[in-house]
Amino acid sequence: MREKSEGLFYNVDWLTVTIYLLLMMMGWFNIYSAVYDPVKSDVFNMERLESKQLLFAVLSILLAFSILIIDASFFTVSAYALYGGVVLLNLLVLVAGTEIKGSHSWFKVGGFTFQPGEFAKWATALALAKFMSGVNPANLKKSVWTALGILGLPMAIIMVLQDETGVALVFSAFTIVLYREGIIQGWWLLVGLGIVLCVVLGIKYQDNFVYYAGSVVAIGIASLLFIRRRFKNILIVLFGVVFFIGALFAGPKVLEKMPEHQAGRIKVWLGLPVSQAIEDRYGYNTRQSMIAIGSGGAMGKGYLEGTQTKFRFVPEQETDFIFCTVGEEWGFAGSALVVLLYTILIVRLVFMAERQRSDFTRIYGYAVAAVLFFHLVINVGMTIGIIPVIGIPLPFFSYGGSSLISFTILVFIFVKLDSQRLLVLR
Amino acid sequence: MNQESRKFFIAGFALLVAVLYVVRLFYVQIVDDKYKLDARNQAFLYVTDYPPRGAIYDRNGKLLVYNQVAYDLMVVPRDLKNCDTAGLCKILNITIEDFKSRLKRLSGSLDFARQDYRSHIFESQMLPELNARIQERLYKFDGFYVQSRTVRKYPTPIAAHLLGYIGEVDDRITRKDKYYKSGDYIGKSGIEKGYEEYLRGKKGVQIKMRDVHNNIKGSFKNGLYDTASVPGLSLMSTLDADLQLYVEQLLQNKIGGLAAIDPTTGEILALVTSPTYDPNLLVGRDFPKNYSMLLQDTLGRPLFNRALQAMYPPGSTFKLMNSLIGLQEGTLTPQTTYGCARGFPLLGGKPKCHPHGSPTDLEGAIATSCNSYFSYVYKAIIDNNKVTRDTKDGYERWRQYVLSFGVGEKLGTDLPFDAKGIVPTSKYYDKVFGKNAWKALTLSGVGLGIGQGELSVTPLQMCNIVCAIANRGHFYTPHIIRSVGKDPKPLPQWAIKHQTMVTNKQHFEAVVQGMSSVMTAGTGRGVNVPELDMCGKTGTAQNPHGDDHSVFVCFAPRNNPKICVAVLVENAGYGSAWAAPIASLTIERYLTGKTNRPEMEKNMMEGDLIHKHPAGKKQTTH
Ligand SMILES: [Zn+2]
Repeated sequence: MREKSEGLFYNVDWLTVTIYLLLMMMGWFNIYSAVYDPVKSDVFNMERLESKQLLFAVLSILLAFSILIIDASFFTVSAYALYGGVVLLNLLVLVAGTEIKGSHSWFKVGGFTFQPGEFAKWATALALAKFMSGVNPANLKKSVWTALGILGLPMAIIMVLQDETGVALVFSAFTIVLYREGIIQGWWLLVGLGIVLCVVLGIKYQDNFVYYAGSVVAIGIASLLFIRRRFKNILIVLFGVVFFIGALFAGPKVLEKMPEHQAGRIKVWLGLPVSQAIEDRYGYNTRQSMIAIGSGGAMGKGYLEGTQTKFRFVPEQETDFIFCTVGEEWGFAGSALVVLLYTILIVRLVFMAERQRSDFTRIYGYAVAAVLFFHLVINVGMTIGIIPVIGIPLPFFSYGGSSLISFTILVFIFVKLDSQRLLVLR
Repeated sequence: MNQESRKFFIAGFALLVAVLYVVRLFYVQIVDDKYKLDARNQAFLYVTDYPPRGAIYDRNGKLLVYNQVAYDLMVVPRDLKNCDTAGLCKILNITIEDFKSRLKRLSGSLDFARQDYRSHIFESQMLPELNARIQERLYKFDGFYVQSRTVRKYPTPIAAHLLGYIGEVDDRITRKDKYYKSGDYIGKSGIEKGYEEYLRGKKGVQIKMRDVHNNIKGSFKNGLYDTASVPGLSLMSTLDADLQLYVEQLLQNKIGGLAAIDPTTGEILALVTSPTYDPNLLVGRDFPKNYSMLLQDTLGRPLFNRALQAMYPPGSTFKLMNSLIGLQEGTLTPQTTYGCARGFPLLGGKPKCHPHGSPTDLEGAIATSCNSYFSYVYKAIIDNNKVTRDTKDGYERWRQYVLSFGVGEKLGTDLPFDAKGIVPTSKYYDKVFGKNAWKALTLSGVGLGIGQGELSVTPLQMCNIVCAIANRGHFYTPHIIRSVGKDPKPLPQWAIKHQTMVTNKQHFEAVVQGMSSVMTAGTGRGVNVPELDMCGKTGTAQNPHGDDHSVFVCFAPRNNPKICVAVLVENAGYGSAWAAPIASLTIERYLTGKTNRPEMEKNMMEGDLIHKHPAGKKQTTH
């Protein structure tokens, strides 16, 4: 069906591409600043992170071209194969990978490392789109377990076997896609959020009257659901009540079961009384990150003038905490602009997804938007103390080839699919 | 069920989160200043560049105070983790508990000390020897560094009270004056306090940046906000170091004060209080120890500057003042004679007087210091019916005369903490005797005619009165600093001539004639040096708490006077016994550069009125 071959950039969504390039460029400049050294900084020295990132950016752009060249049907046809391949890669890394920071989730090739967990995001998005676009609307309810399985498999491998909680949590973003497709209902998400909230409340106010207050609220919510559903699913309602109260009481137990580093971060985040050692260890990142961002003021300290980031008070500042450099050197103006650009991109992706005639493209588009949104919320939220420290990168910004390349693939597959929205009806 | 409408929920949720995050960023970056402060504390090291304090010279260019280098041991509590605390305590000779309590005082709490990035002075003003021992092992004392400062050094240990001392600034001042930061030094008394703004210079600051490991990473913005220090200005004082030392020796082992002023300029030549102390005691880390030692001497009170702050009844020297006022008012002429019946006849012989020829004229009355005569003089001034309506009016008129001589109010000298003296108001006597229930005679009775009663002056004020007499009617504000910095021109405020209310020079000549007779034929004849043409007046100030104070005022030469002196020696009896010889020797030393009366000099220097009490018996005033 290539009767109207209009060239490489035919119907490409330029707004998306522009924001992508803009964010990647801003990201590179901020990485350059984060690792800046007046003597050693050198764009053409492959020992330096700024030049490596420049190489990744060039590779990413080449990759974006390649994706635009490939026929879109390649992705629909080989979605499952790509998914299977990436899952295998994630299993392979457990035995063939190199240990970095205590986890077996990286391949080492030459001077470069590569994390297959990042690739699982777009592969899973493809598989999910392939599966859900093929489901008969009548069988929607039954398909939920298969859909959850598709995203649960890589999530489980990455979380349990690779011990990369942050990367794994991203897969929960796909529930937004399931919600949009009607596979799960809005109140499922509300119940899910409620349970998370109950667990958090249980942790924060352990042995407190909030248990009882929380129980009452839980029963109240359950009753509301019950009234709306009119005796239809009384068992589900009862389950809900039990879940909420259970989550409240389970909170402290969950905390006990958590590995020390996670429990420590959560305690510090919730402001629970902790020993000085725990505070120093797990509160340090957030404190330093907020000092860096907060000291930026309205207009920032100026490019390459950040003291908190440049003098390494902020840990991981070129990767997970790159937003600190933005906040410190560009101030509120810069950090708000970055949040704004991401928001425009995400809303644009939702808009693009909705204009598709193809279910596959729509579902995939939502998956892209959901993944980017999840990264933005977690990464920026963690640097400004809203969310506990979870190590995931800021898309296009953070240093790292695996994440930049996989985000490029993620976005450009959708740009390619979208560009053929008028040609095909899959 | 319309699934498509869910896109609005999804996009709306994304927008909601974005707004929430932007609001949070606004709060953290713009509203809350906490992070900006934390950032500065962490990444900036403010290195203060302390300028050398100005030196102080005497009137002949002799150095009185200069700087020597001292070292402050600085601590950054956060970096103490690997410090050899025990070793440091041993060198500083303190216990581990002392160490911890100091740290607690500096950081607020030991818990906070662990994250306290600020630099504090841990041990101040270490002298080179102690510093050397610390430096040897400084590499073991993580978190400590040494910062050099200057402390004062006095080549000759004189004029401790005049020069004053410096010390660490207290919180009251750091809160009020932004220039000072905790740990800075400030002049606390004397010239050091009075001329603080000139002496201190201007601190410089270098803003260094440091990384998370506390390594210095160069200057902030290449030193754009750094400031260079400006050295303090040196001061040229009016003091004659040689004279000051000489008088300090004369007054040793006595309690009292002496002021010597050049009447033509108001320049203070010597201002001595006794007992005094070695100014080098209040320097360096032994300051607190020595200071409390000086405080504990409650008998001699060596920190108290009697010449400037102690208020004494002026005694008979005040008869000069009343003579001048009487003459100016026209109630007295040099020829006026009054009788004496071993006391003031109008009040039944009170105040008492000693045997002398009677009646006398003014010159004779000054020479013999007749108490009766000046009680008459005083009554006549107050009862001057030609110009005054009643006693109260007469008293207030007299009082204004006295104030015009710089008594009862601050003189405006450049030395801090000078006392005002006391000249009671009429309200005071209303309170004591009842409204309108007191007459001129009442006041003569309490001794206002002869310098007793509630009158109080400082030795400096006493000397200033003598200056006004020597100048025949005016004086210049007594001061200790002539000029500041390289400009040798005297400070403009010292050129202001203060005219007293006694304006007729003839009246002064009459009084000066009396003062001359004091030296040639009167109570001062024992200490006269004829070739110096001295004029003087003895006084014996009654002291309700013990033996009388010995007082003497004088100037020389009679015409074109060069020096005025006022001396008060506590509990030393007659003015002629101690005060007069000391004043006379002081004048001789200043005018001739030497003294020719070795025996008198020896007696004065060796006379010890503190440790063995003088055998003078109580007498009426001379
Ligand atoms: Zn008499």
